[in-house]
Amino acid sequence: MSEIKYIRGYPEYMCKLINIVNKTRMKRKDYDPPAMSKEERKEVLNLHPDYAHGGKRKISIGQNKGDIGPNEVVDLLEAYPLIEEGEIDLSQIDYDVDILIIGGGLAGTTAAIWANDQGVSPDKILLTNKLRHGDSNSMMAEGGTQAADRPNDSPLIHFLDAMGGGHYANKPDVVKGLVEDAPLIMHWLLELGAMIDREENGDFTEKWGGGTCRKRMHACRDYTGLEELRVIRDEFRNRKILCLEYYPAIELLTDGEGRATGAVLWNCETGDYKIARAKATILATGGFGRLHIRGFPTTNHYGATCDGVVLAYRTGAKLRDVDTVQYHPTGAAYPQQIIGLLLTEKLRSMGAQPVNKDGEAFVFPLEPRDVEASAFIRECYVREKGVTTPTGMRGIWLDTPLIEIKNGEGTIDNAFPGMRRMFNRFDIDMRKDPVLVFPTLHYQNGGVETDPEGKTNVQGLFVAGEVSGGVHGKNRLMGNSTLDCMVYGRRSGIYAAKYAKTVKGRGKLSLEHMKKYVNMLKKAGIKPERRAPILLPEYRGKAVLARMIDIF
Amino acid sequence: MKEKKSIMDRIAESNKSVTTGIDEKDIKYWVTIYIMGKAYKVPDGLTIMQSMEFAGYRFVRSAGCRAGFCGACATVYRKAGDYKLQTAMACQTRVEEGMYLVQIPFAPAEKATYDINKEKYNIGVLFKHYPELARCLACNTCTKSCPQELEVMDYIQAAIKGDFKAVAEESFDCIQCGLCAIRCPAELVQYHIAQLARRMYGHYECHEPEHLKIRLKEIEKGKYKEDWNKLIKATVKELEKFYADREREPD
Repeated sequence: MSEIKYIRGYPEYMCKLINIVNKTRMKRKDYDPPAMSKEERKEVLNLHPDYAHGGKRKISIGQNKGDIGPNEVVDLLEAYPLIEEGEIDLSQIDYDVDILIIGGGLAGTTAAIWANDQGVSPDKILLTNKLRHGDSNSMMAEGGTQAADRPNDSPLIHFLDAMGGGHYANKPDVVKGLVEDAPLIMHWLLELGAMIDREENGDFTEKWGGGTCRKRMHACRDYTGLEELRVIRDEFRNRKILCLEYYPAIELLTDGEGRATGAVLWNCETGDYKIARAKATILATGGFGRLHIRGFPTTNHYGATCDGVVLAYRTGAKLRDVDTVQYHPTGAAYPQQIIGLLLTEKLRSMGAQPVNKDGEAFVFPLEPRDVEASAFIRECYVREKGVTTPTGMRGIWLDTPLIEIKNGEGTIDNAFPGMRRMFNRFDIDMRKDPVLVFPTLHYQNGGVETDPEGKTNVQGLFVAGEVSGGVHGKNRLMGNSTLDCMVYGRRSGIYAAKYAKTVKGRGKLSLEHMKKYVNMLKKAGIKPERRAPILLPEYRGKAVLARMIDIF
Repeated sequence: MKEKKSIMDRIAESNKSVTTGIDEKDIKYWVTIYIMGKAYKVPDGLTIMQSMEFAGYRFVRSAGCRAGFCGACATVYRKAGDYKLQTAMACQTRVEEGMYLVQIPFAPAEKATYDINKEKYNIGVLFKHYPELARCLACNTCTKSCPQELEVMDYIQAAIKGDFKAVAEESFDCIQCGLCAIRCPAELVQYHIAQLARRMYGHYECHEPEHLKIRLKEIEKGKYKEDWNKLIKATVKELEKFYADREREPD
């Protein structure tokens, strides 16, 4: 029983490997390997988790029957509900509201405020959260928010960037909404008192993002999502809108004729359920990073388990583009505490070079994300030139000291304060030593199909943010996710409020859709082995789980 | 013949410590920690959060982003033989031999209710909503408890002087975990005070840039309407051409 000895934050053997990187640094300083040819790219992409053999299968039931999705997602679509029809008493209604919002990240919280602005009273809006209000991927967004508000830019150019980035699979009218409302969202953030980075003359500071042809990335230091969400959440709280925490939705409710009428909410701590009836329901439950698709680590928060897609699908909502997953090439691979965490692309654009264990630069640092990620995988698993961590993970070095050599001392402190703080916590000085990286699961590109008003094909059911599909096509650009949350949070809030006003009387509550879905599962011969939504990932120790007795 | 494992399988295998939990047989080094007083042997090198999970705890509360941004996993601990009560984020702190740990699942804190548009931008607004601000003892306990290493006491002192800019800038990296408020002997809720100050500063002092005003007017007047009509109906082939023809602005 002895503790690991660390030198400069690394175990001794890794430290020795770092010395090799340090030795070759000055030789590599002015040399990057050339960008790959089209053929080379094509070949290396076979190692990308989205293209490598296996990992996907056809969805066997429901609206998207026959479509392809990652196994981990299809597993959840082909899973049985957490409840059985007979055990839920729908006659006792605990919350009777106009608008129910499921998920309190940037999208859901924005929706609540704009629904309130439409005249829906705060006690007729209910925002329910699986974790605390605000615990979400939004909170972790570092890079920024895109908005075309400089004279040489326009929403039209922003549109082209987003469409091209999404491989033209995006819904054009939805992208138009996204880019056209972007300046309005910046205006709204300023009204609320958000602090967005400025130049000395008061103009916004706007930076590059991968795949954009204009500088339109607005940031709040490297805590963009944190600043946006805490300001919006503070406004939400001032308005006294109903809010539940640790109350995930475990099933939606319908009127039996295809309209969404609320949800069954479950108290994570006491285990009892509540019935929420609503004229309109907005799903803003985020993405699926915690499914660890193909066994990848993730940048995502604890609750990103695909719940919204599962619930919506059972009511007959259409999905789109769920087959593509965004992997970011540079997730942290060491130390253990921060594995999967995002190390922004900006590091490479400012000179940090990917280097293998022999101290060699092996890839052009700014290939497209999928190509760059594949090259890292090849270096670790085909050429066997990766570095293995004490927990068995492999990664390659990102030579961050080059940033200061190329741009001058102090650059890292100024440009990456959050990241420097993170590595400092583990005694790693990224100014002097490289950091270890490996591709990480970052974003659910598709989801429940949306339209320019945030509507789905199920009447009364709206979506906003990462849970939705159609905004980003097959691949999202940096800075368009926080924007998506706020634009479609706002739009879904407004249009859900408008829709709620047209609903006469109170909707019937039933689990008819669930019953039908269960019948489909049975008919397809799917055994009741899996249940969904899973709500939280399972990380408990295997030895403990093996000896667990379920008594309480 | 034994089938060779695919690369994807090997990746999944080597990532499993963070995706499906840790296998005991892979562990060389162990430490003993005390979770709410109970001793557990856990692998060295994990975070407090991961080691508690290894020990069999499933988080419902006290886990959020798991990356140091959300402030959900505020933790208080003492090390054996040490009088000092220490604070940390469980997801960002390496476990150490002999830690006595407890997590703070919730921070009871009163948040003022206000309409940002109707408040007056002067020192009075902070004292009106948080009169306890005057009780600050300048003991620096808040600063010592901050897992973001912010100068909390300094920004509270700046708040007392009505220096909104200083409060806003010094408190900017706050993740609102609540540890400062829980430790404060004067019972201030520093992070709510800072939130109000930042919003006041942002709303009243950071004016709308001209270039944004102009763009908003252009959109309102329908400047792009005709172009949109063309673009929205474009075929993929046409879009591909427009995309390829974009000119990248100089660096």
